[in-house]
Amino acid sequence: MSFPWAKQYQPKTGLTRWIDEKLPVPRLVYNAVGAGYPVPRNLNYFWNFGVLAGFCLMLQIITGVVLAMHYGANALVAFDSVEHIMRDVNWGWMLRYAHANGASFFFIVVYIHIFRGLFFSSYKAPREMIWLLGVVIFLLMMATAFMGYVLPWGQMSFWGAKVITGLFGAIPLVGEPLQIWLLGGFAPDNAALNRFFSLHFMLPFVIAGVVILHIWALHIPGSSNPTGVEVKTESDTVPFHPYYTAKDGFGLAVFLVLYTAFVFFLPNYLGHPDNYIPANPLSTPAHIVPEWYFWPFYAILRAFTQDFLFMPAKLMGVIAMFASILVWFFLPWLDKSPVRSGLYRPLFKKFFWFGLIPCMAVLFYCGGAPAEEPFVMLSQIAATYYFAHFLIILPIVSMIEKPKALPHSITEAVLGEKAGADDAVPLGASGDGAHRPATA
Amino acid sequence: MARIIGILVGAGFCIVLLYSFIVGAYTWATDDAEETAEHVFHLHPRDADLQSAGWFGTFDEQQLQRGYKVYKEVCSACHSLRLVSFRNLEALGYSEAQVKAEAAAWQVPGIDPTTGEATTRPALPTDYFPSPYPNDVAARAANNNAVPPDLSLITKARHDGSNYVYSLLTGYRDPATFSVDGESLAEEFPDFATPSGLHFNPYFPNLNLAMAPPLTSEGQVTFDDGSPATIDDMARDVSAFLTWTAEPKLEQRHQTGWPVVLFLIFASVLAYMAYQNVWRDKKH
Repeated sequence: MSFPWAKQYQPKTGLTRWIDEKLPVPRLVYNAVGAGYPVPRNLNYFWNFGVLAGFCLMLQIITGVVLAMHYGANALVAFDSVEHIMRDVNWGWMLRYAHANGASFFFIVVYIHIFRGLFFSSYKAPREMIWLLGVVIFLLMMATAFMGYVLPWGQMSFWGAKVITGLFGAIPLVGEPLQIWLLGGFAPDNAALNRFFSLHFMLPFVIAGVVILHIWALHIPGSSNPTGVEVKTESDTVPFHPYYTAKDGFGLAVFLVLYTAFVFFLPNYLGHPDNYIPANPLSTPAHIVPEWYFWPFYAILRAFTQDFLFMPAKLMGVIAMFASILVWFFLPWLDKSPVRSGLYRPLFKKFFWFGLIPCMAVLFYCGGAPAEEPFVMLSQIAATYYFAHFLIILPIVSMIEKPKALPHSITEAVLGEKAGADDAVPLGASGDGAHRPATA
Repeated sequence: MARIIGILVGAGFCIVLLYSFIVGAYTWATDDAEETAEHVFHLHPRDADLQSAGWFGTFDEQQLQRGYKVYKEVCSACHSLRLVSFRNLEALGYSEAQVKAEAAAWQVPGIDPTTGEATTRPALPTDYFPSPYPNDVAARAANNNAVPPDLSLITKARHDGSNYVYSLLTGYRDPATFSVDGESLAEEFPDFATPSGLHFNPYFPNLNLAMAPPLTSEGQVTFDDGSPATIDDMARDVSAFLTWTAEPKLEQRHQTGWPVVLFLIFASVLAYMAYQNVWRDKKH
């Protein structure tokens, strides 16, 4: 589906006409990321991060496939084969640092992409499916990244694998057999390393498949925009190419400057020194911490320190850690405010910038800190706010908030013509009339 | 309906978390958690001021050669260097013939070609540095139950590793007179005692290190280039050498990185101009 004014693909040569009749792939590309996709003209730089995430996925697959040509997925040789890549393989050090830092930058990009979605309510109708698929991609990314971190078979690889698979042991009755089944043994060993490698190689292609669905779902209603007002006329949009290809090209270049600065000058800054010590099941590191991108969720896991009624603390921590992401699946039905953009939601905006963002920062910091006071208490307060924000504050705010007047159209917002100040009904609001605030 | 269920579930999580918080806060407020000596007197590494540090870092070949000599004459008595092979030493500025001769000075495990018995033979450039002990049990037995770690990656396997190695080697102190910022260890923690067989070193996380001070006197190693060999010099040189063993491609990495980053900054400027040019007629 597309807007009626979308440009149509016109094959210009005999060859392209011939291809277009047999298998219209050029037409598909033209409609997906070419001139045939009309996009709101007012997107800000936060809308660059979808393309950047796609770039990161490709970067990880390419560097990862080449690394796999030199890596040995066996507990006896895994650590030394990584060092072989670092020392003896031509440009192996660059490939490995590009892949390790690529994972971190993939997460940075995806976190910004998710927060863009949260602030501008990209999850609201008619874009629920895009959001749901996005959460699926994020969960797959977490699984892939976790298993990838195990492959160098250093101390943090081993102990991280032990702690995270140990979480399944918290499940009543089936926990322990389930954990042994997942690991293929009582502790992480060759069986676990082998299956983690197999899955780490396979899952990125599953992610790529879900990314295609994510983009397909996006092209049905079209991209959202910072006002949250839907596209109405042709003047609201520009063709993706050349307008957004040019803007994404600039975004990509800036991204690459930061990324390559880490790869070439701070390659181990985001890693943990202990992972340069070969895995040793007999020696536990002083502080077992996951990779930095898991810290907020690790802090939530560790915030549950007390058994409550019949529930052991560990089990509640595990449930809460998974729930902290699963809650995102329900956002389209928890936040019923008819206004999408946080810019036009005064109360929501306050909770977002002064509640959610500081709370995530505290969880991030505490997740990387040792499990001592005052970090545990801080993460308990922040985790309380985290769940309250999504499950209690968002539904209530969407009921009581009086949104600011929206512009009548994207064109009006861009050209700065008279905003519909006397019209309290947000004209661009999502179609569900029952939830519109009464006309003032 | 979804919202009511959401609020109830959210309230559940919050109640459990606040209960955990209250119990934790009460315990924290009522328990006097005792400060530990390793918490107060553990020191962050001192800056070794190596040429390899920073975004422009390079290796000083003369220093690496000196550091190698310290490793060979002192550290290698107990510590292996299993990921480094003799051929790698060419990166330190040695010629092929010098590497061959250097390798031949080391004995590595081999097989007697006539009887098949295990034996030793002079190393070849393709061999890796041999371990001083046949296995970990032997290493443990010879070292008061502590296995000396392999040094190939030591400067990447410790926080701030290059400075850590330098600080540790020069950091042995007498705990009876040790003080930080005027606070004396003996006064603050009268019960603190370094167990026998261990050695007090404030740069080591638990302050008591199994390794005896390896660099004990000036001129312990005689440098071929006539450089001074104080304990400080020897520690700095060996930490430079171990920075190289852990990251032999550091120089190549920095040399590649600058053109890449500068090119991309230039490309960003061009891409920005292209972006402005494409959008020149579209207000947005």
